[in-house]
Formats: sequence, C-alpha cells, structure tokens
Amino acid sequence: MKVAIIKYNAGNVKSVEIALERLGISPVLTDDPAEILSSDKIIFPGVGEASSAMEYLKNRKLDTVILNATQPFLGICLGMQLMCLHSAENDTVCLGIFQQNVMQFDVNKIHLKSPQIGWNNIYNLKTSLFKGVAENSYCYFVHGYFATLGEQTIATSNYGLEYSSALNHKNYFGVQFHPEKSADTGSKIIQNFLES
Amino acid sequence: MLTKRIIPCLDIKDGRTVKGTNFVNLRDAGDPVELASLYATEGADELVFLDITATNEKRKTLASLVNRIAHKINIPFTVGGGISSVDDVRLLLDAGADKISVNTAAFKRPELINELAGSFGSQCVVLAIDAKKHDDGEWYVYLNGGRVATDKKCIDWAVEGVSRGAGEILLTSMDHDGSKNGFAIDITSQISSLVSVPVIASGGGGTPEHFFEVLQHHADAALAASIFHFKEISIPDLKDFLRKKQIPVR
Repeated sequence: MKVAIIKYNAGNVKSVEIALERLGISPVLTDDPAEILSSDKIIFPGVGEASSAMEYLKNRKLDTVILNATQPFLGICLGMQLMCLHSAENDTVCLGIFQQNVMQFDVNKIHLKSPQIGWNNIYNLKTSLFKGVAENSYCYFVHGYFATLGEQTIATSNYGLEYSSALNHKNYFGVQFHPEKSADTGSKIIQNFLES
Repeated sequence: MLTKRIIPCLDIKDGRTVKGTNFVNLRDAGDPVELASLYATEGADELVFLDITATNEKRKTLASLVNRIAHKINIPFTVGGGISSVDDVRLLLDAGADKISVNTAAFKRPELINELAGSFGSQCVVLAIDAKKHDDGEWYVYLNGGRVATDKKCIDWAVEGVSRGAGEILLTSMDHDGSKNGFAIDITSQISSLVSVPVIASGGGGTPEHFFEVLQHHADAALAASIFHFKEISIPDLKDFLRKKQIPVR
C-alpha cells in the first residue's frame, strides 16, 4: 500500500511518519502532486498557523490536489481545520471540504486554559474510522481552535463546550486529535483508515 | 473531559537510564526504550527524557535513542537536557521527539524560546524551571540542574517564558525534589493561575495523596521519576486512586 503524507510548512510531521512505520507502512513524504494523487491513501497532518499554511498550499497548488483526491484522505489537527470552510485563526478561508467553521476557544467562556493540551474523550462515534473503538475512548489533543458541530461530525469532544473531534465527507476524514500519539486507540484509528 | 496527566521522567546518561530501577520484569532495566514502553503500556500519559550528560558529541547518540523510542511508543514524549539552539531541536524532532524542553540555555538567552516557538510552534516548546524558595518567601530560578542560583523570581520567568512562546511549564521544586514530602503547592498554584499554558508539577511526589493534592486545583500534570522506577507507586494504582478522588484521569 502506498501512503502519501503531504509535505508542507506546518509543523512536525515526523511523528505521523514514524507512527505509520510502527504499523509496518513506509509512507512517502511529498509535495509532488502526481505522487500524492497516485497513492492509495493520503494523510494531511499539520501543526501550526492556518493562514500561512493555506498560503503555502495555494502557492504550490496543493489545495487543488487535495480537492481532487478520490482516495481515502485523512487530515490531522491543523490538517482537519484547513479542510473546513473558514478558520477564525487570522480570518482564513479554508478548503471547504467540511461545512464547519473553525473557532477559537474563548477562555473567558470556557474557564479553561487554551490551548487544550492532553487526553480527552471522544464520543458519538460514527463511520468505519472508529470501528472497534469504544465510546469515550481517550485521544491526545493539542489545539487552541476547534471545529463546530454539524452533520459531518463523526466524533464529539467537550472542552468547556462540545466540538467536532472528527469529521467526514465522502472519502475525506479529519481528526482534531493526534491518532499518531493516542496510544492503542490512535493506532486502531489509523489502521481503520488504512483499511478504508 | 480533559484529564490530568501522569508523566514518568527518565534520566538518560550515555543512552542509558540512570537512577536505579526496580523492574524485575524488564530484561534490561537500563534500556530507556524498554522502560518507556512499559510505562506507556501501564497508562503513562506522556514521558519525559532528560539527557543529563548532553554534550554536542553525544547529541547524535541521543537522537538515535530518540528515534528508537519513537518507533516503540505511541504516546507523546519530551526530550530535554542541554538544548541550546534551533539545530539541536531540529535534530531531536526529526528523530521523532514530540516536544523538547529548555532550561538553562533559555534563561541565559531568552530569545531562544521565541526562535524555537517560531520555527516549530509553541506546542513543542516546554520551558523547564528549577525553583528554590528563599528566606524572603519567594521562589527563585536555579540553573545548571539546580547548582547555580539566580536573582530572578520564578513567577516572572514563567510569565516571560510563556509570552515568548513556551507552550508548557515544567516546574521542579529543588526543595522538594527527592524529598517525597509532596509537591510545592504554593508556587505551582501561583504560576498555574498566572499563565495560560499547562503547568507540570515536579519534585516531591511520594504518595498518591501528594498527586491528588497538586492535581486537585493547581497543576495540569504531575511528573515523577524514582517512585515509578522503584515501583513505590504503580501508574495503574495511582490512577485508580485519583479516579476515586474524582480527579479525571485516562
């Protein structure tokens, strides 16, 4: 199986690469459109800031590549947020695959620290991505922005308010948490994705 | 609900775990990879590796160890010890570390925090502060593993570090470290209320009650070393205890 990890200017993708290696897959880290679109699965990771990431994707036409993907596609963390309609992080228009908006945690409303860092549970799990994953399983999150709830929500979490911890539209999946760092639950989710 | 994190810390010297360990079920208790993997299986939420002999020559050895750890465990881990440049950090992140911690070098040149946060994001920059309480009742920053005093107040340095881009504070009380008399509640609480980022309490955890005490209101995570290495408290037992006390744990 050929798995492409989209290479761009957002954060530490090494953890994702190594997580796949732990599962016996040797992924290709690439920003080459042909290489990405010829792979069996595409992973779109990312940690960082939304507007500079979107600009980078557009400059390299990677936005079109992402929108043209027909194979199973998984966005992680910032990757998932960039697949939404719009992000409040520097008022960024995103890819619009998911019909959600990305908002910032308002510490005055949630009375919690932001960013959220650590293990939180996921519930109302839907789709094959969570096959064999128990309701309220814990995953590892690091984020100061969140996607709102909607029809495409396939997992929910609560951090002062309820938000989408995973989204799905057709072949596209997005997870707010880091499956590559979420112990056995995360490994199971990655495996489910690879089998989708 | 976000849970409180329990973080075992492993001191590394020349690629091996130091401080004695008491694990009869490990083939090689000195191998950080084996110990890390055991802690991850037992339910540790994160791990911290502190390279206590970090020198430039040895940093490549450390990077190869980090790479072995990353291939073995599936929870986040932080690597610290002697990190003083963007290049140091890149080497460790490329090897598979999720976060790095900076201490003395960041104090001596605070711009380092800005540079690291700018290059890699705040989420992977942990500011480690070693603190000691003076007779005036204030906590001060200590450097070089607690050997060198400064006249900087701990709260001031924590606030500055966060404003420069540190994503978490790892606060070790030198007064409590190794004492098993409980964490430093006062300074942990003060810093936690002043900064917007998580505070990891370290130093003094000797009983499950100590963990309960510091996690109840103040700290977002608690770190300990020898009590885990010597199996004085097992991670599953500690988490059961905390759960019964209504502390959210994974």
